[in-house]
Amino acid sequence: MTTTALPAATAERLLANPVPDGPIGRPDRRQLAALLAEAGLTGRGGAGFPTARKLGVLLARPGDRVVVVGNAMEGEPLSHKDAVLLQSAPGLVLDGLQVVARALGGARAILALGPQVPPGPARLAAAAPHRADLPVEVRTLAGGFVAGQETALVRALDGGPPLPRDRRDPMARRGADRLPRLVLNAETLAHVALLVRYGAGWWRATGTPDDPGTMLVTVSGSRSSVVPRPGVVETERGASITAVLARAGTDLAQVRAVLVGGYHGAWVPASALDLPLSRAGLAPWGATPGAGVLHALAREDCPLEAVARITAYLAGEGAGQCGPCVNGLPALARAVGAANAGRAAELASLVDGRGACAHPDGTARLVRSTLHVFADHVRAHAEGRCPR
Amino acid sequence: MTRLHVDWTRCDGHGACTELLAGILEQDEWGYPRPLSGEREPQVEARSARRAVAACPLMALSLVE
Ligand code: SF4
Ligand code: SF4
Repeated sequence: MTTTALPAATAERLLANPVPDGPIGRPDRRQLAALLAEAGLTGRGGAGFPTARKLGVLLARPGDRVVVVGNAMEGEPLSHKDAVLLQSAPGLVLDGLQVVARALGGARAILALGPQVPPGPARLAAAAPHRADLPVEVRTLAGGFVAGQETALVRALDGGPPLPRDRRDPMARRGADRLPRLVLNAETLAHVALLVRYGAGWWRATGTPDDPGTMLVTVSGSRSSVVPRPGVVETERGASITAVLARAGTDLAQVRAVLVGGYHGAWVPASALDLPLSRAGLAPWGATPGAGVLHALAREDCPLEAVARITAYLAGEGAGQCGPCVNGLPALARAVGAANAGRAAELASLVDGRGACAHPDGTARLVRSTLHVFADHVRAHAEGRCPR
Repeated sequence: MTRLHVDWTRCDGHGACTELLAGILEQDEWGYPRPLSGEREPQVEARSARRAVAACPLMALSLVE
């Protein structure tokens, strides 16, 4: 190891200008797994699963060569962080992808981009001479809300339909070549690159001890008067929601509630926005930092109208495969639209956990959160008035 | 005892399993199997679980070790 002067432990790492470039270290399987475990890096794609554990599953079978897939499908309409990251720092994502692919036997490395993510900068960066030993295929795929679900992505990359498969199907995470696929979110890979360059100690120096590092957050509002400068910011884990909102110029007095985590997320009411953006901090509201989405709903906007629109959209984005999801989500959207709290709650438990992918679970989460946080509002609607 | 898993991409609500495992599964309002216990993958006595797996015409059921 050469000694490098470490950059200051600021919250601008992925979005720093410039980000580090050039040849990067080549940890082997064990070294990489140890580094990720020491760092406590969690997936930045939404589920928040510890990256070391995800790698560990594959470590148990050292003979397997693994195809590593960078996931920048970004099917969540309120998220733009992968697009921003691949525009401004594609080299970090490619570095992370190659580090993991080399460590796991280097069969192939693929970067999958959704239609909203610009491919140009990633293609250019992929052609750099120091990346020539393990070519990265940069592919743009058809989008959709569930197209980024891992098993759907694995299928689409082989030319199949972008439909999730049963999570217990042993072949669901293998490609047509029968090799296992390790799917990691683009931002997660960018963090891997920084970890390899600067070490776990540096990486952990920001954030909280049990939820370290930084994260990208996409901030938006239901109208421009509430969030005048919507966009993507990088913040340390555990920063308060209000602090992150402030960076987008949010007028907090105008905020009724914030949707945390996107269309599969949960609401945090205006009274609780001092909460930290960490798993522990958000747990009381059923929210998680997820893929880093904060959407502020203005006081003059009706939450029920907003959620009815979102659930109708989600019902249309189902992959049409699983009975409870196919039947339940449209019915759930109608119940929300009709402010029928009892029926909505019943349908939420009827769809929760009963699909091949987490789409019904996420939709149920949003609806339950809405019924809880806006209980009075929903009741008023049921009586025929909107107390907006 | 074993756990029973439904592959929702295969199940069409045909109902053979709910008939065979009455008392453990019920049909939801669309006919799809739903554990009465509220679990995602219900505990089922191994022999009846295997019978249900064999009875499903769409091979949607499996046992989880
Ligand atoms: S749960 Fe819904 S979205 Fe997911 S695979 Fe099944 S039908 Fe498609
Ligand atoms: S028998 Fe098979 S197809 Fe029929 S309801 Fe049960 S799991 Fe579904």
